[in-house]
Amino acid sequence: MADIIMAGFGGQGILTAGKILIDVAARQGKNVSWTSSYGAEMRGGTASCSVVISDEEIGSPYPSKLDILLAMNDPSYGKFISQMRPGGVALVNTSLVSPQTPPEGVQVYGVAATDMANAAGNGRAANLVMLGALIKVTGLMDDQAFREGLESFFGKKGHANPANLECYRQGFENVSKL
Amino acid sequence: MDYVLMKGNEAIAEAALRAGCRFYAGYPITPQSEILEYMSANMEKHGGVFIQGENEIASMSMLWGAAAAGARCMSSSSGPGFDLKQEGISYLSSYNLPAVIVCAMRYGTGDGEITAGQDSYWEAVRGGGHGDSRQIVLAPASVDECAALTYEAFDLAEKYRNVVLILTDGAISQMIEKCHLPQAREHDINQFDWTIGNHKKDDPKNKVTNLDRTIGYEAAERYLRNKFKTMHDQEQRWEEFMTDDAELILVAYGISSRVCKSAVRQARSEGLRLGLIRPISVWPYPEKAFAHAPEGLKGYVSVEMSLSAQMGQDILLATRFRKPVYACLTTLNLPTAEGIIDYCRGIIAGAHQPMEVL
Repeated sequence: MADIIMAGFGGQGILTAGKILIDVAARQGKNVSWTSSYGAEMRGGTASCSVVISDEEIGSPYPSKLDILLAMNDPSYGKFISQMRPGGVALVNTSLVSPQTPPEGVQVYGVAATDMANAAGNGRAANLVMLGALIKVTGLMDDQAFREGLESFFGKKGHANPANLECYRQGFENVSKL
Repeated sequence: MDYVLMKGNEAIAEAALRAGCRFYAGYPITPQSEILEYMSANMEKHGGVFIQGENEIASMSMLWGAAAAGARCMSSSSGPGFDLKQEGISYLSSYNLPAVIVCAMRYGTGDGEITAGQDSYWEAVRGGGHGDSRQIVLAPASVDECAALTYEAFDLAEKYRNVVLILTDGAISQMIEKCHLPQAREHDINQFDWTIGNHKKDDPKNKVTNLDRTIGYEAAERYLRNKFKTMHDQEQRWEEFMTDDAELILVAYGISSRVCKSAVRQARSEGLRLGLIRPISVWPYPEKAFAHAPEGLKGYVSVEMSLSAQMGQDILLATRFRKPVYACLTTLNLPTAEGIIDYCRGIIAGAHQPMEVL
Protein backbone atom coordinates (compact mmCIF):
# COMPACT_ATOMS: atom_id res chain seq x y z
CA MET A 1 0.00 0.00 0.00
CA ALA A 2 1.43 3.38 -0.98
CA ASP A 3 -0.10 6.84 -1.26
CA ILE A 4 2.06 8.83 -3.62
CA ILE A 5 2.25 12.32 -5.10
CA MET A 6 4.54 13.04 -8.02
CA ALA A 7 5.04 16.69 -8.86
CA GLY A 8 7.20 19.02 -10.91
CA PHE A 9 7.09 21.61 -13.68
CA GLY A 10 4.78 20.96 -16.61
CA GLY A 11 6.94 19.18 -19.22
CA GLN A 12 9.10 17.20 -16.79
CA GLY A 13 7.15 14.03 -17.49
CA ILE A 14 5.48 13.83 -14.11
CA LEU A 15 2.13 12.61 -15.38
CA THR A 16 3.84 10.00 -17.56
CA ALA A 17 5.97 8.82 -14.64
CA GLY A 18 2.77 8.22 -12.69
CA LYS A 19 1.22 6.33 -15.59
CA ILE A 20 4.30 4.10 -15.90
CA LEU A 21 4.17 3.37 -12.19
CA ILE A 22 0.51 2.29 -12.23
CA ASP A 23 0.99 0.35 -15.47
CA VAL A 24 3.71 -1.83 -13.92
CA ALA A 25 1.96 -2.14 -10.56
CA ALA A 26 -1.32 -3.16 -12.24
CA ARG A 27 0.50 -5.92 -14.15
CA GLN A 28 1.67 -7.26 -10.82
CA GLY A 29 -1.90 -7.64 -9.69
CA LYS A 30 -2.15 -4.48 -7.59
CA ASN A 31 -5.11 -2.15 -7.48
CA VAL A 32 -4.08 1.26 -8.75
CA SER A 33 -5.45 4.74 -9.23
CA TRP A 34 -3.97 7.77 -10.97
CA THR A 35 -5.39 11.23 -11.11
CA SER A 36 -3.86 14.55 -12.07
CA SER A 37 -4.51 18.12 -11.06
CA TYR A 38 -6.41 19.61 -13.98
CA GLY A 39 -7.37 23.05 -12.72
CA ALA A 40 -6.40 26.25 -14.53
CA GLU A 41 -2.62 25.78 -14.46
CA MET A 42 -0.11 28.30 -15.81
CA ARG A 43 2.70 27.39 -18.16
CA GLY A 44 5.71 26.72 -15.93
CA GLY A 45 3.40 26.05 -13.00
CA THR A 46 3.26 22.86 -10.99
CA ALA A 47 1.95 19.66 -12.54
CA SER A 48 1.16 16.81 -10.20
CA CYS A 49 -0.50 13.46 -10.09
CA SER A 50 -1.73 11.36 -7.20
CA VAL A 51 -1.08 7.64 -7.39
CA VAL A 52 -2.41 4.98 -5.06
CA ILE A 53 -1.09 1.41 -5.21
CA SER A 54 -2.80 -1.12 -2.97
CA ASP A 55 -3.70 -4.75 -2.39
CA GLU A 56 -7.04 -3.52 -1.04
CA GLU A 57 -9.94 -1.68 -2.64
CA ILE A 58 -8.87 1.94 -3.18
CA GLY A 59 -10.93 4.65 -1.49
CA SER A 60 -10.09 8.22 -2.36
CA PRO A 61 -7.76 8.58 -5.36
CA TYR A 62 -6.55 11.82 -3.70
CA PRO A 63 -4.71 10.64 -0.58
CA SER A 64 -4.67 13.21 2.22
CA LYS A 65 -1.46 11.78 3.74
CA LEU A 66 1.53 10.59 1.72
CA ASP A 67 3.91 7.65 1.98
CA ILE A 68 6.01 8.75 -1.00
CA LEU A 69 6.65 12.17 -2.52
CA LEU A 70 8.52 12.48 -5.78
CA ALA A 71 9.46 16.16 -6.20
CA MET A 72 11.12 17.28 -9.41
CA ASN A 73 11.24 21.00 -8.56
CA ASP A 74 11.42 23.23 -5.49
CA PRO A 75 7.78 24.43 -5.41
CA SER A 76 6.58 20.80 -5.43
CA TYR A 77 8.73 19.91 -2.46
CA GLY A 78 7.49 22.96 -0.57
CA LYS A 79 3.86 22.30 -1.44
CA PHE A 80 3.62 18.63 -0.49
CA ILE A 81 6.32 17.80 2.10
CA SER A 82 4.07 18.74 5.03
CA GLN A 83 1.51 16.12 3.92
CA MET A 84 3.86 13.21 4.52
CA ARG A 85 3.28 10.49 7.08
CA PRO A 86 6.00 9.60 9.57
CA GLY A 87 8.06 6.84 7.95
CA GLY A 88 7.47 8.37 4.52
CA VAL A 89 10.08 8.82 1.83
CA ALA A 90 10.62 11.97 -0.24
CA LEU A 91 12.66 11.66 -3.43
CA VAL A 92 13.96 14.88 -4.88
CA ASN A 93 15.61 15.92 -8.10
CA THR A 94 18.76 17.52 -6.66
CA SER A 95 19.47 19.25 -10.00
CA LEU A 96 16.62 21.61 -9.13
CA VAL A 97 15.62 21.02 -5.52
CA SER A 98 17.45 22.11 -2.36
CA PRO A 99 15.24 20.42 0.20
CA GLN A 100 14.38 22.20 3.43
CA THR A 101 14.29 20.15 6.62
CA PRO A 102 11.53 17.57 6.33
CA PRO A 103 8.94 16.80 9.04
CA GLU A 104 9.92 14.42 11.84
CA GLY A 105 10.24 10.82 10.69
CA VAL A 106 10.39 11.58 6.94
CA GLN A 107 13.50 10.55 5.04
CA VAL A 108 14.73 12.48 2.02
CA TYR A 109 16.69 10.91 -0.81
CA GLY A 110 18.03 12.66 -3.87
CA VAL A 111 19.38 12.12 -7.34
CA ALA A 112 20.50 14.71 -9.93
CA ALA A 113 17.83 13.59 -12.37
CA THR A 114 17.85 16.51 -14.80
CA ASP A 115 21.67 16.53 -15.09
CA MET A 116 21.86 12.77 -15.54
CA ALA A 117 19.16 12.67 -18.19
CA ASN A 118 20.89 15.49 -20.10
CA ALA A 119 24.25 13.70 -19.82
CA ALA A 120 22.63 10.53 -21.20
CA GLY A 121 21.43 12.54 -24.20
CA ASN A 122 17.83 11.90 -23.17
CA GLY A 123 16.89 15.19 -21.56
CA ARG A 124 13.19 14.41 -21.41
CA ALA A 125 13.79 11.26 -19.35
CA ALA A 126 14.61 12.88 -16.00
CA ASN A 127 11.32 11.36 -14.88
CA LEU A 128 12.76 7.88 -15.52
CA VAL A 129 15.87 8.69 -13.45
CA MET A 130 13.47 9.59 -10.65
CA LEU A 131 11.53 6.34 -11.09
CA GLY A 132 14.79 4.35 -10.86
CA ALA A 133 15.57 6.12 -7.60
CA LEU A 134 12.04 5.50 -6.32
CA ILE A 135 12.20 1.77 -6.99
CA LYS A 136 15.63 1.47 -5.36
CA VAL A 137 14.75 3.40 -2.22
CA THR A 138 11.20 2.21 -1.60
CA GLY A 139 11.40 -1.36 -2.89
CA LEU A 140 7.83 -0.76 -4.03
CA MET A 141 8.33 -3.18 -6.91
CA ASP A 142 10.91 -5.66 -8.11
CA ASP A 143 13.67 -3.99 -10.17
CA GLN A 144 13.65 -6.57 -12.96
CA ALA A 145 9.87 -6.54 -13.25
CA PHE A 146 9.95 -2.76 -13.38
CA ARG A 147 12.53 -2.72 -16.20
CA GLU A 148 10.38 -5.10 -18.22
CA GLY A 149 7.31 -3.01 -17.49
CA LEU A 150 9.12 0.14 -18.55
CA GLU A 151 10.16 -1.36 -21.89
CA SER A 152 6.71 -2.66 -22.53
CA PHE A 153 5.12 0.72 -21.66
CA PHE A 154 7.18 2.54 -24.28
CA GLY A 155 7.11 -0.38 -26.75
CA LYS A 156 3.32 -0.32 -26.69
CA LYS A 157 3.42 3.37 -27.61
CA GLY A 158 6.01 2.77 -30.35
CA HIS A 159 8.63 4.79 -28.44
CA ALA A 160 11.10 2.04 -27.51
CA ASN A 161 14.49 3.64 -26.77
CA PRO A 162 17.46 2.01 -24.97
CA ALA A 163 18.32 5.41 -23.43
CA ASN A 164 15.12 5.15 -21.36
CA LEU A 165 16.35 2.08 -19.55
CA GLU A 166 19.77 3.73 -19.14
CA CYS A 167 18.18 6.72 -17.40
CA TYR A 168 16.20 4.41 -15.14
CA ARG A 169 19.42 2.52 -14.27
CA GLN A 170 21.27 5.76 -13.46
CA GLY A 171 18.59 6.74 -10.99
CA PHE A 172 18.54 3.28 -9.44
CA GLU A 173 22.31 3.23 -8.95
CA ASN A 174 23.01 6.82 -7.94
CA VAL A 175 20.29 7.75 -5.52
CA SER A 176 21.56 8.66 -2.07
CA LYS A 177 20.22 9.75 1.29
CA LEU A 178 20.41 13.51 1.90
CA MET B 1 -4.72 -9.05 -19.12
CA ASP B 2 -8.43 -8.84 -18.47
CA TYR B 3 -8.35 -5.10 -17.80
CA VAL B 4 -7.31 -1.85 -19.41
CA LEU B 5 -6.11 1.24 -17.57
CA MET B 6 -8.31 4.14 -18.58
CA LYS B 7 -10.04 7.27 -17.34
CA GLY B 8 -13.67 7.22 -16.28
CA ASN B 9 -14.53 9.40 -19.27
CA GLU B 10 -12.84 6.99 -21.68
CA ALA B 11 -14.56 4.02 -20.05
CA ILE B 12 -17.94 5.69 -20.58
CA ALA B 13 -17.20 6.36 -24.26
CA GLU B 14 -15.76 2.90 -24.96
CA ALA B 15 -18.64 1.15 -23.16
CA ALA B 16 -21.13 3.18 -25.19
CA LEU B 17 -19.44 2.11 -28.43
CA ARG B 18 -19.46 -1.51 -27.25
CA ALA B 19 -23.17 -1.20 -26.44
CA GLY B 20 -23.77 -0.27 -30.06
CA CYS B 21 -24.01 3.51 -29.70
CA ARG B 22 -23.54 4.81 -33.22
CA PHE B 23 -24.56 8.46 -32.86
CA TYR B 24 -22.86 10.94 -30.59
CA ALA B 25 -23.33 14.70 -30.66
CA GLY B 26 -21.91 17.05 -28.05
CA TYR B 27 -19.87 20.10 -27.23
CA PRO B 28 -16.62 20.29 -25.23
CA ILE B 29 -16.51 21.33 -21.57
CA THR B 30 -14.20 20.25 -18.74
CA PRO B 31 -14.23 17.72 -17.08
CA GLN B 32 -16.16 15.59 -19.58
CA SER B 33 -14.25 16.49 -22.76
CA GLU B 34 -12.45 13.13 -23.07
CA ILE B 35 -15.82 11.52 -23.83
CA LEU B 36 -16.19 13.79 -26.83
CA GLU B 37 -12.52 13.31 -27.82
CA TYR B 38 -12.78 9.53 -27.55
CA MET B 39 -15.91 9.51 -29.68
CA SER B 40 -14.31 11.77 -32.29
CA ALA B 41 -11.32 9.41 -32.50
CA ASN B 42 -13.20 6.11 -32.49
CA MET B 43 -16.80 6.48 -33.68
CA GLU B 44 -15.90 6.38 -37.37
CA LYS B 45 -14.18 2.97 -37.02
CA HIS B 46 -17.52 1.59 -35.89
CA GLY B 47 -19.36 3.11 -38.82
CA GLY B 48 -21.19 5.58 -36.62
CA VAL B 49 -21.61 9.34 -36.65
CA PHE B 50 -19.77 11.81 -34.41
CA ILE B 51 -20.79 15.46 -34.51
CA GLN B 52 -19.41 18.32 -32.48
CA GLY B 53 -22.47 20.52 -32.62
CA GLU B 54 -22.34 24.31 -32.71
CA ASN B 55 -23.50 24.17 -29.07
CA GLU B 56 -25.13 21.88 -26.52
CA ILE B 57 -28.70 22.68 -27.54
CA ALA B 58 -28.14 21.81 -31.18
CA SER B 59 -26.35 18.59 -30.19
CA MET B 60 -29.34 17.51 -28.14
CA SER B 61 -31.72 18.22 -31.01
CA MET B 62 -29.61 16.00 -33.23
CA LEU B 63 -29.94 13.23 -30.66
CA TRP B 64 -33.68 13.64 -30.80
CA GLY B 65 -33.67 12.68 -34.47
CA ALA B 66 -31.29 9.76 -34.01
CA ALA B 67 -33.36 8.39 -31.12
CA ALA B 68 -36.62 8.65 -33.09
CA ALA B 69 -34.97 6.57 -35.82
CA GLY B 70 -34.09 3.84 -33.29
CA ALA B 71 -30.34 4.45 -33.07
CA ARG B 72 -28.45 4.10 -29.82
CA CYS B 73 -27.33 7.65 -29.14
CA MET B 74 -25.49 9.62 -26.50
CA SER B 75 -24.40 13.10 -25.48
CA SER B 76 -22.42 14.41 -22.52
CA SER B 77 -21.65 17.62 -20.68
CA SER B 78 -20.78 19.27 -17.35
CA GLY B 79 -21.88 22.21 -15.20
CA PRO B 80 -23.36 25.04 -17.29
CA GLY B 81 -23.23 22.80 -20.38
CA PHE B 82 -25.57 20.36 -18.65
CA ASP B 83 -27.99 23.26 -18.08
CA LEU B 84 -28.20 23.65 -21.85
CA LYS B 85 -29.00 19.95 -22.25
CA GLN B 86 -32.21 20.37 -20.27
CA GLU B 87 -34.39 21.48 -23.16
CA GLY B 88 -33.37 18.40 -25.13
CA ILE B 89 -33.86 16.09 -22.16
CA SER B 90 -37.37 17.49 -21.72
CA TYR B 91 -38.23 16.95 -25.39
CA LEU B 92 -36.77 13.44 -25.53
CA SER B 93 -38.77 12.63 -22.40
CA SER B 94 -41.99 14.06 -23.78
CA TYR B 95 -41.58 11.97 -26.93
CA ASN B 96 -40.73 8.78 -25.00
CA LEU B 97 -37.38 8.52 -26.75
CA PRO B 98 -34.48 6.47 -25.37
CA ALA B 99 -31.13 8.22 -25.08
CA VAL B 100 -28.16 8.23 -22.71
CA ILE B 101 -26.87 11.58 -21.41
CA VAL B 102 -23.76 11.92 -19.25
CA CYS B 103 -23.13 14.73 -16.78
CA ALA B 104 -19.65 14.91 -15.21
CA MET B 105 -20.36 17.20 -12.26
CA ARG B 106 -18.16 20.00 -11.04
CA TYR B 107 -18.52 22.58 -8.26
CA GLY B 108 -20.24 25.94 -8.30
CA THR B 109 -23.18 27.70 -9.83
CA GLY B 110 -22.79 29.88 -12.91
CA ASP B 111 -19.47 29.04 -14.49
CA GLY B 112 -18.27 27.81 -11.10
CA GLU B 113 -15.09 25.75 -11.13
CA ILE B 114 -13.95 23.08 -13.52
CA THR B 115 -12.81 20.80 -10.71
CA ALA B 116 -14.74 17.91 -9.18
CA GLY B 117 -17.95 18.55 -7.28
CA GLN B 118 -21.51 17.28 -6.98
CA ASP B 119 -23.37 20.41 -7.99
CA SER B 120 -25.95 19.02 -10.43
CA TYR B 121 -27.79 16.49 -8.25
CA TRP B 122 -31.12 18.31 -8.09
CA GLU B 123 -30.94 19.21 -11.76
CA ALA B 124 -30.38 15.55 -12.63
CA VAL B 125 -32.90 13.83 -10.37
CA ARG B 126 -35.89 16.18 -10.32
CA GLY B 127 -37.07 15.72 -13.90
CA GLY B 128 -35.31 17.36 -16.83
CA GLY B 129 -36.05 20.74 -18.40
CA HIS B 130 -39.08 22.54 -17.00
CA GLY B 131 -40.01 19.39 -15.11
CA ASP B 132 -42.71 16.74 -14.71
CA SER B 133 -40.76 14.01 -16.42
CA ARG B 134 -38.55 11.33 -14.92
CA GLN B 135 -35.17 10.05 -15.95
CA ILE B 136 -33.31 7.05 -14.54
CA VAL B 137 -30.09 8.49 -13.06
CA LEU B 138 -27.11 6.20 -12.40
CA ALA B 139 -24.07 7.36 -10.42
CA PRO B 140 -20.83 5.39 -10.95
CA ALA B 141 -18.22 5.32 -8.17
CA SER B 142 -15.37 3.72 -10.14
CA VAL B 143 -14.03 3.50 -13.66
CA ASP B 144 -15.30 -0.08 -13.83
CA GLU B 145 -18.76 1.12 -12.93
CA CYS B 146 -18.55 3.93 -15.52
CA ALA B 147 -18.25 1.20 -18.15
CA ALA B 148 -20.80 -1.23 -16.67
CA LEU B 149 -23.52 1.36 -16.00
CA THR B 150 -23.14 3.10 -19.36
CA TYR B 151 -23.36 -0.24 -21.16
CA GLU B 152 -26.53 -1.13 -19.29
CA ALA B 153 -28.00 2.38 -19.59
CA PHE B 154 -28.78 1.80 -23.28
CA ASP B 155 -30.81 -1.32 -22.43
CA LEU B 156 -32.71 0.53 -19.72
CA ALA B 157 -33.38 3.49 -22.00
CA GLU B 158 -34.95 1.19 -24.59
CA LYS B 159 -36.76 -0.97 -22.04
CA TYR B 160 -38.66 2.08 -20.76
CA ARG B 161 -38.36 4.31 -23.85
CA ASN B 162 -36.84 6.89 -21.55
CA VAL B 163 -33.78 9.06 -21.04
CA VAL B 164 -31.12 7.55 -18.77
CA LEU B 165 -28.56 9.87 -17.19
CA ILE B 166 -25.09 8.87 -16.09
CA LEU B 167 -24.27 11.25 -13.23
CA THR B 168 -20.55 11.19 -12.66
CA ASP B 169 -18.14 13.82 -11.34
CA GLY B 170 -14.83 15.42 -12.17
CA ALA B 171 -12.94 13.03 -9.91
CA ILE B 172 -14.40 9.77 -11.24
CA SER B 173 -14.30 11.00 -14.84
CA GLN B 174 -10.62 12.06 -14.66
CA MET B 175 -9.11 9.20 -12.67
CA ILE B 176 -7.41 6.17 -14.19
CA GLU B 177 -8.12 2.71 -12.77
CA LYS B 178 -8.35 -0.85 -13.97
CA CYS B 179 -11.42 -1.24 -16.13
CA HIS B 180 -13.01 -4.50 -17.26
CA LEU B 181 -14.78 -3.70 -20.49
CA PRO B 182 -17.99 -5.42 -21.60
CA GLN B 183 -18.37 -7.45 -24.81
CA ALA B 184 -18.95 -5.43 -27.97
CA ARG B 185 -22.33 -5.93 -29.60
CA GLU B 186 -24.27 -4.49 -32.52
CA HIS B 187 -27.60 -2.75 -32.20
CA ASP B 188 -30.32 -3.24 -34.83
CA ILE B 189 -31.69 0.21 -35.57
CA ASN B 190 -34.86 -1.37 -37.04
CA GLN B 191 -35.75 -3.67 -34.17
CA PHE B 192 -38.50 -1.52 -32.59
CA ASP B 193 -42.10 -1.17 -33.76
CA TRP B 194 -42.36 2.48 -32.66
CA THR B 195 -39.53 4.11 -34.60
CA ILE B 196 -39.81 6.27 -37.67
CA GLY B 197 -37.67 5.67 -40.70
CA ASN B 198 -36.58 2.56 -42.47
CA HIS B 199 -39.68 0.34 -42.41
CA LYS B 200 -41.16 -1.95 -45.05
CA LYS B 201 -43.66 -0.56 -47.53
CA ASP B 202 -46.80 -2.00 -45.93
CA ASP B 203 -45.86 -1.29 -42.32
CA PRO B 204 -48.13 1.20 -40.56
CA LYS B 205 -46.61 4.68 -40.55
CA ASN B 206 -45.35 5.61 -37.06
CA LYS B 207 -45.46 9.02 -35.50
CA VAL B 208 -43.27 10.08 -32.61
CA THR B 209 -44.98 12.98 -30.89
CA ASN B 210 -45.07 15.25 -27.88
CA LEU B 211 -47.07 13.52 -25.06
CA ASP B 212 -47.90 10.79 -27.59
CA ARG B 213 -50.86 12.41 -29.39
CA THR B 214 -51.43 9.20 -31.36
CA ILE B 215 -53.09 7.62 -28.29
CA GLY B 216 -54.78 10.69 -26.75
CA TYR B 217 -54.02 12.67 -23.58
CA GLU B 218 -55.58 10.29 -21.10
CA ALA B 219 -53.82 7.22 -22.41
CA ALA B 220 -50.56 9.16 -22.67
CA GLU B 221 -50.94 10.27 -19.06
CA ARG B 222 -51.57 6.70 -17.90
CA TYR B 223 -48.64 5.45 -19.93
CA LEU B 224 -46.24 8.00 -18.41
CA ARG B 225 -47.44 7.57 -14.82
CA ASN B 226 -47.21 3.78 -15.11
CA LYS B 227 -43.76 4.10 -16.57
CA PHE B 228 -42.56 6.36 -13.74
CA LYS B 229 -43.97 3.96 -11.15
CA THR B 230 -42.47 0.89 -12.79
CA MET B 231 -39.06 2.54 -13.02
CA HIS B 232 -39.37 3.70 -9.42
CA ASP B 233 -40.24 0.22 -8.15
CA GLN B 234 -37.92 -1.82 -10.36
CA GLU B 235 -34.74 0.16 -10.78
CA GLN B 236 -33.56 1.06 -7.27
CA ARG B 237 -29.91 0.11 -6.89
CA TRP B 238 -27.50 0.55 -4.04
CA GLU B 239 -24.55 -0.95 -2.20
CA GLU B 240 -24.49 -1.42 1.57
CA PHE B 241 -21.24 -1.59 3.50
CA MET B 242 -21.09 -2.56 7.18
CA THR B 243 -24.54 -1.20 8.01
CA ASP B 244 -25.78 -4.10 10.22
CA ASP B 245 -24.48 -2.80 13.54
CA ALA B 246 -23.82 0.83 12.61
CA GLU B 247 -24.30 3.74 15.02
CA LEU B 248 -24.29 6.18 12.13
CA ILE B 249 -24.79 5.37 8.46
CA LEU B 250 -23.00 7.53 5.92
CA VAL B 251 -24.88 8.01 2.66
CA ALA B 252 -22.91 9.05 -0.39
CA TYR B 253 -22.64 8.43 -4.12
CA GLY B 254 -19.87 8.83 -6.68
CA ILE B 255 -16.49 10.10 -5.50
CA SER B 256 -17.79 10.96 -2.00
CA SER B 257 -18.82 7.34 -1.46
CA ARG B 258 -15.26 6.14 -2.03
CA VAL B 259 -13.94 8.42 0.67
CA CYS B 260 -16.81 7.29 2.92
CA LYS B 261 -15.86 3.65 2.50
CA SER B 262 -12.31 4.49 3.65
CA ALA B 263 -13.83 6.44 6.55
CA VAL B 264 -15.95 3.45 7.60
CA ARG B 265 -12.89 1.17 7.68
CA GLN B 266 -10.77 3.72 9.55
CA ALA B 267 -13.51 4.61 12.05
CA ARG B 268 -14.12 0.96 12.88
CA SER B 269 -10.42 0.45 13.55
CA GLU B 270 -10.79 3.29 16.07
CA GLY B 271 -13.92 1.78 17.66
CA LEU B 272 -16.55 3.99 15.98
CA ARG B 273 -19.16 1.87 14.16
CA LEU B 274 -19.95 3.65 10.91
CA GLY B 275 -21.69 2.09 7.91
CA LEU B 276 -22.33 3.20 4.35
CA ILE B 277 -25.28 3.18 1.97
CA ARG B 278 -24.08 4.01 -1.52
CA PRO B 279 -26.92 4.82 -3.91
CA ILE B 280 -26.08 3.60 -7.41
CA SER B 281 -29.38 4.83 -8.81
CA VAL B 282 -30.10 8.33 -7.50
CA TRP B 283 -33.40 8.35 -9.35
CA PRO B 284 -35.17 6.18 -8.49
CA TYR B 285 -33.66 6.86 -5.07
CA PRO B 286 -32.96 3.53 -3.28
CA GLU B 287 -35.70 3.98 -0.67
CA LYS B 288 -35.69 0.22 -0.06
CA ALA B 289 -32.22 0.53 1.50
CA PHE B 290 -33.72 2.73 4.24
CA ALA B 291 -36.75 0.54 5.00
CA HIS B 292 -35.19 -1.11 8.05
CA ALA B 293 -32.75 0.83 10.19
CA PRO B 294 -30.38 -1.23 12.34
CA GLU B 295 -31.16 -1.24 16.05
CA GLY B 296 -29.31 1.53 17.87
CA LEU B 297 -28.84 3.66 14.75
CA LYS B 298 -28.46 7.31 15.75
CA GLY B 299 -28.98 8.74 12.29
CA TYR B 300 -27.88 9.05 8.68
CA VAL B 301 -25.14 11.37 7.41
CA SER B 302 -25.33 12.69 3.87
CA VAL B 303 -21.79 13.29 2.56
CA GLU B 304 -21.84 15.52 -0.49
CA MET B 305 -19.70 18.04 -2.38
CA SER B 306 -22.15 20.94 -2.65
CA LEU B 307 -23.37 24.04 -0.81
CA SER B 308 -26.74 22.48 0.02
CA ALA B 309 -27.49 18.95 1.18
CA GLN B 310 -29.14 18.12 -2.12
CA MET B 311 -29.24 14.35 -1.75
CA GLY B 312 -29.88 14.82 1.97
CA GLN B 313 -33.46 15.76 1.11
CA ASP B 314 -33.91 12.41 -0.61
CA ILE B 315 -32.70 10.67 2.56
CA LEU B 316 -35.33 12.59 4.56
CA LEU B 317 -37.98 11.38 2.13
CA ALA B 318 -36.66 7.81 2.03
CA THR B 319 -36.59 7.58 5.84
CA ARG B 320 -39.96 9.37 6.13
CA PHE B 321 -38.29 11.60 8.78
CA ARG B 322 -38.02 8.63 11.17
CA LYS B 323 -34.34 9.21 11.95
CA PRO B 324 -32.24 12.36 12.14
CA VAL B 325 -30.35 13.14 8.96
CA TYR B 326 -27.11 15.13 9.18
CA ALA B 327 -25.16 16.71 6.36
CA CYS B 328 -21.36 16.62 6.11
CA LEU B 329 -20.65 18.90 3.15
CA THR B 330 -17.50 19.92 1.34
CA THR B 331 -17.54 22.13 -1.72
CA LEU B 332 -14.36 22.73 -3.69
CA ASN B 333 -12.33 20.09 -1.86
CA LEU B 334 -12.96 16.40 -1.67
CA PRO B 335 -14.03 15.11 1.72
CA THR B 336 -11.35 13.28 3.69
CA ALA B 337 -11.83 10.15 5.79
CA GLU B 338 -10.47 12.05 8.81
CA GLY B 339 -12.90 14.96 8.26
CA ILE B 340 -15.89 12.62 8.00
CA ILE B 341 -14.91 10.74 11.15
CA ASP B 342 -14.45 14.04 13.06
CA TYR B 343 -17.91 15.15 11.93
CA CYS B 344 -19.44 11.85 13.08
CA ARG B 345 -17.77 12.12 16.48
CA GLY B 346 -19.24 15.63 16.66
CA ILE B 347 -22.74 14.23 16.03
CA ILE B 348 -22.36 11.73 18.84
CA ALA B 349 -21.07 14.50 21.14
CA GLY B 350 -24.14 16.60 20.29
CA ALA B 351 -22.15 19.28 18.46
CA HIS B 352 -24.10 19.10 15.17
CA GLN B 353 -27.79 19.63 14.46
CA PRO B 354 -29.73 17.46 12.02
CA MET B 355 -30.35 19.04 8.62
CA GLU B 356 -33.59 20.79 7.79
CA VAL B 357 -35.20 21.14 4.41
CA LEU B 358 -33.78 24.37 3.02
